[in-house]
Amino acid sequence: MNSTTTDILLLAFGSFGILITLTVLGEILRARQPVHEQNPMLDTYMTRVQSWWGMVAFIGAALLLGKPGIMTLFAFASFAALREFLTLTTKAQADHLSLALAFFAVLPLQYVFVGFGWTGLYTVFIPVYAFLFLPIISALRGNPDRFLVRVAETQWALMIAVFCVSHVPALMSLDIAGYGDRSVLLIAFLVMVVQFGDLLDFFFGRRIGRTKIAPGLSPKTWEGLICGVLSAMIIGAMLNWITPFGVWGAALMAGVASLVGMFGNVVVAAIKRDRGVKDWSHLIPGQGGFVDQLDSVIFAAPIFYQLTKYFYT
Amino acid sequence: MKNCLKITSAIITNHCPAPIYVGGGALAFSKSIPCVKVTIMKFLRQFAARIVGQSIRIFARAITAVRAEWKGIEPVPRQRVYFANHTSNADMPMIWSVLPPALRRTVRPVAAADYWLKNKLRAFIGPEVFNCVLVDRRPEVQDKPMDKIIAALDEGSSLIIFPEGNRNMTDDPLLPFKAGLYNMGLARPDVDLVPTWVANLTEIMPKGEVIPLPLICTVTFGEPIHVRNGESKDDFLKRASEALLAQRPEIRK
Repeated sequence: MNSTTTDILLLAFGSFGILITLTVLGEILRARQPVHEQNPMLDTYMTRVQSWWGMVAFIGAALLLGKPGIMTLFAFASFAALREFLTLTTKAQADHLSLALAFFAVLPLQYVFVGFGWTGLYTVFIPVYAFLFLPIISALRGNPDRFLVRVAETQWALMIAVFCVSHVPALMSLDIAGYGDRSVLLIAFLVMVVQFGDLLDFFFGRRIGRTKIAPGLSPKTWEGLICGVLSAMIIGAMLNWITPFGVWGAALMAGVASLVGMFGNVVVAAIKRDRGVKDWSHLIPGQGGFVDQLDSVIFAAPIFYQLTKYFYT
Repeated sequence: MKNCLKITSAIITNHCPAPIYVGGGALAFSKSIPCVKVTIMKFLRQFAARIVGQSIRIFARAITAVRAEWKGIEPVPRQRVYFANHTSNADMPMIWSVLPPALRRTVRPVAAADYWLKNKLRAFIGPEVFNCVLVDRRPEVQDKPMDKIIAALDEGSSLIIFPEGNRNMTDDPLLPFKAGLYNMGLARPDVDLVPTWVANLTEIMPKGEVIPLPLICTVTFGEPIHVRNGESKDDFLKRASEALLAQRPEIRK
């Protein structure tokens, strides 16, 4: 067993410990609850904890399997996210081929490029080649009705669901001096700080939240956000042993990732509001769809990737 | 051997309803040379039908993440007629796929015989996998569609029907309903008529396209309706059509 595997197992057991605590806490609250009284808050909390168990199990297993596991997991996440996104976008039959290409060519190719670590390709493939090529395909079918809306929404879907998501596994191809093959741990670091930041933002927002960030759009408050980001920084600093960043570096990286993630959540809430839906889909019990669950990680991933690349390679 | 095959194929093409199928088999036995292979074939075909059915269900789930929304009713085994909008050949398999196993076993889609008996594969999938009630839409046939439908209801089966009669290729959300739904509701007033909206299939597989898009398909089941006392055909069909339209999920574009 090498040190990377040991670290992954340590992280997994740590997460299991936290999840067990959260589960026990929920069960205690439930036991204290009068039998005939409904508590929707508690039920939401419990289904969320259950989904986290699933997430920790999946990501943990994928990390242990190494590159093939990670690539498969995130390619599937991209597929599910793209499916949720494109279900809600504006499209016409003229877009059928370009949408089929988005699913069955652009998505797999992006993950092939990431898998082989071809940085020059996977950072420009969607923003340049897909961006120019797919509208051509749509235009050739000759339907001008709401054309710009259609191609813009498709491109947005690809950027969010494929480009951004694929930057999580892309962290593995960063060549950081003295860090060796441990770059897989950066994935664990990113996902953990962002998700715990979200959780604590939710918690503090409920407790002390007063000032809404974007009233009428999202329940997020400035108080919750600040507490969430600060907690993410503390957690990041505590996890510095799995990163090449050092204590302060880890805290800063965690803070930036968490902050971007929180605003990403607001952006995604705006899209949902616009389309008049509450959740992106119903794939994950209690959490809605993949985009609902991953919105903050999706936004944080490319920024985290670029900062790491700029400062540490 | 030749004889056997002839018997089985005769059974299959002539009798779709399961009970008659069994009866027909017994009849074939008594009239022809005893042939064990008939039973074995029958068993194998049933087994194959189960496997094909599961594969269709898994395929539908994997591609479209098809999902049921039980808005007006619970998924409990009651006798129902699910009446749905019809835009694509995949409508019926989608509804069939989202029903829980107990309901799926008792449900029989009403489908056109000319479509499902066109070739051997369809003749296997339609009558045996989906257990369709096949109706002949030509006016000159003796075997009236409504008789077969009522017979299926009297067996206790639930039904899936498409009251528009044909696939809707227009931009309107629904075509005017045919009288069948009204006649069913009048003849068997206890049966719940459930409006069932299949969403997004036109975008998943528009007419003339080859590759299906893996978008999310939702099947929404609304509150059941019944023919009211003294309600005229046109009034009822209008009400049924409105009840179905009300199940359409709202997505602002």
